[in-house]
Order: sequence, then structure tokens, then C-alpha cells
Amino acid sequence: MLTFLALTSVVLLGIVPEQSQAIAIYTGWERHALVGSDIRLSCSFFSWRWTSEDVTFSWTYRPDGSRDSISIFHYTGGAAYVDNKGPFRDRLEFVGNPGRRDGSILLKNLELNDNGTFTCDAKNPPDIVGRPSSVRLLVFEKVPIQAGVITGAIIGVVLGLLVLIVVIYYLMRFLVARRVFSLSVSKHGKKKKEGSQQRQGPVPPADPSKIKV
Amino acid sequence: MLLLLLGIIFLHLAALVLLFVSTIVSVWTTGESTTSDLWTNCSTASGCNPASTGEWIQSVQAVMILSIIFSCLSLFLFFCQLFTLQKGGRFFLTGTFQILASLFVMSGAIIYTVMSPEWVPEGNSFGYSYILAWVAFPLALISGLIYVILRKRE
Repeated sequence: MLTFLALTSVVLLGIVPEQSQAIAIYTGWERHALVGSDIRLSCSFFSWRWTSEDVTFSWTYRPDGSRDSISIFHYTGGAAYVDNKGPFRDRLEFVGNPGRRDGSILLKNLELNDNGTFTCDAKNPPDIVGRPSSVRLLVFEKVPIQAGVITGAIIGVVLGLLVLIVVIYYLMRFLVARRVFSLSVSKHGKKKKEGSQQRQGPVPPADPSKIKV
Repeated sequence: MLLLLLGIIFLHLAALVLLFVSTIVSVWTTGESTTSDLWTNCSTASGCNPASTGEWIQSVQAVMILSIIFSCLSLFLFFCQLFTLQKGGRFFLTGTFQILASLFVMSGAIIYTVMSPEWVPEGNSFGYSYILAWVAFPLALISGLIYVILRKRE
């Protein structure tokens, strides 16, 4: 029995790493920046293997409205190669730490034409099967309102008004009922109050017997 | 009597379905190869991107969502009032919510009509979601008015 368990566990341990040998790459989803500012595009990966010396990072850029990608950064064999001919020459800097699985780049002095999708692809030999991850860069002249802020605000205000109107309506009904009750009590004076209290005394014990019948 | 009830519910559901389609399907503007608004801009050349984050497009989004919420609330209230209303009573609450929903659709469509030239390039025409919003407005309005006029029998 024990040997059977040991054998199955060894077999499973042998099978599982082979199936989960996919590298997972993480970048942001969307980044917003102002014209003329700098932005750091982060890229990191998760791999079951140790970080090898042949780890590679590569960034490609696809402008908005275009179908073609251009390669702008490549790190391999311990050296970083930045764009020296394309749209980001002299504006790109490698600020990542490959030893710590970080392949982030820094874009300086952003222009309006830099709107587009940046794709990071990392490989950690022998763990090379994975999907590149993309981050979308949006460059603005002035800080815009984030998507959904005004939508949520309008919906929240209207629904809040609705709830408020319902609450006020029920509150008014409750208060009017109480005002009527307190008016009649003050009219008829203390005697009526004492009488109603005495009558209320014996009534609750009588109810359970009624229900039983 | 049953026929009237079914007809009213069918009208309400038709308006609700039109509202759903108009809000969810993102085809308020069409060009030669692009469709855009309310939520995404899609083109055959460069795929789909999220819609522009201007103030007016967000207010149209909010108003369309509110119209859906109010129309659903009105349907729910109709079934509540159907069983709890006294004989001869009117479906005021149901009608109020449905009329409010139709007013929201109308204001959303008007805002989009007036403000869309700011972000929509020339040569694009209005898409079918926009038309469905304009069709849903009178349907919801008529449905709401019928609820207000209707009296409960039996």
C-alpha cells in the first residue's frame, strides 16, 4: 500500500510540472500619461523554473490604428538593446532587473503619437511557452475624466434620489399616523391613557389561547 | 381581459428588449468600416478599443442604463400591483416608472444627437442601436400611459 502511494506520488510529481510549464507574463492593462511626461511600463513573469541566465525580454509597439508592430527593445545574453532607429530612439531606457524577473522600460518625453499598444514577451529557457501580454498607452494633453466616473455618478445620484423619495414617503406616512395618535391622546387627557394601558394588560395572554382553539 | 393583459405585457417587454439591445450593442454610429459608441469603437482595421471617455458619452451611457433599470422596476411593480391593488385602482406607480424610463431614453437619444458631432468624424451615419433607442421611446411612453389610464377589474 505504502509503496503504491509512493509510486503514484512520484509519477504525479513527474507529470504535473510538465503540464504547468507555461510562463505567465504580467503587464498593466492600460496606462494614462500626459504629453511630455515619462512613464514606466512594467513587465514581469511567473515561471516554475529558476530564472535562467538566458532569460530574454522583448517589447514591441503597435501604434493606434495600425496593424504592424515594430520591435523597440530586446534583452538577451545579459545585455539590453534599446531602439536606436525607430519612434523611440533616445527616449527609451531599460529600468528592469532581469534577475528579479522584471523587464520594465521607461519611456521619456511622451508625444501624442505614442498612443498605442506595447507588448512584452518574456522567455525563461527551457520555459518558453507563454502568451505575450499587452499594455495600452494613452497620452493626453490634459488629464481627462476616467471612463465610468460620470456614468456611475449620474446613476448613483438618480437611484439615491429614488431611495430617498421612497424613504421620505414612508417616513411621512409613519409620522402622520403618529401625529394623529398623539393628538387624540393629548385631547382626551391622562384618564384615557390609563384606561388603554389597563386594557392592553390582559389582552396579550388571551391571544395564545385563541390561536390554540 | 386576459388578452388585454397579455397585450400590455407584450408591449412592455417589447420596449424593454429594445432598450436592452440599444444599450448593449455598441452600434450608435457606423462608418464604412467602423462602428462605435456606446461602449467600444470597433473597426475592421485595428480591432476594438474602448469608447472615448468624454463627459457626454458617459452621460448617455448612464441615462440608457437608468432607463433599463426603471423599465425593469416598472415591470416588477406591475406584477406586484396586479395582485395587491384594490378593484378600480389605477397602476399609477407602474405607469410613473415606465414614463420615467421613456423620458430617460428620450434624453439619452437627444444628448447623443446633439453632442455626437464633437467626437464622431464626418461621413459616419447613425447606426441601428440609435434607431432602436428612438423606437423604444414612444413604445415605453405609450406603455406607461396605458398603465396610468388602466383600471383594475375583477
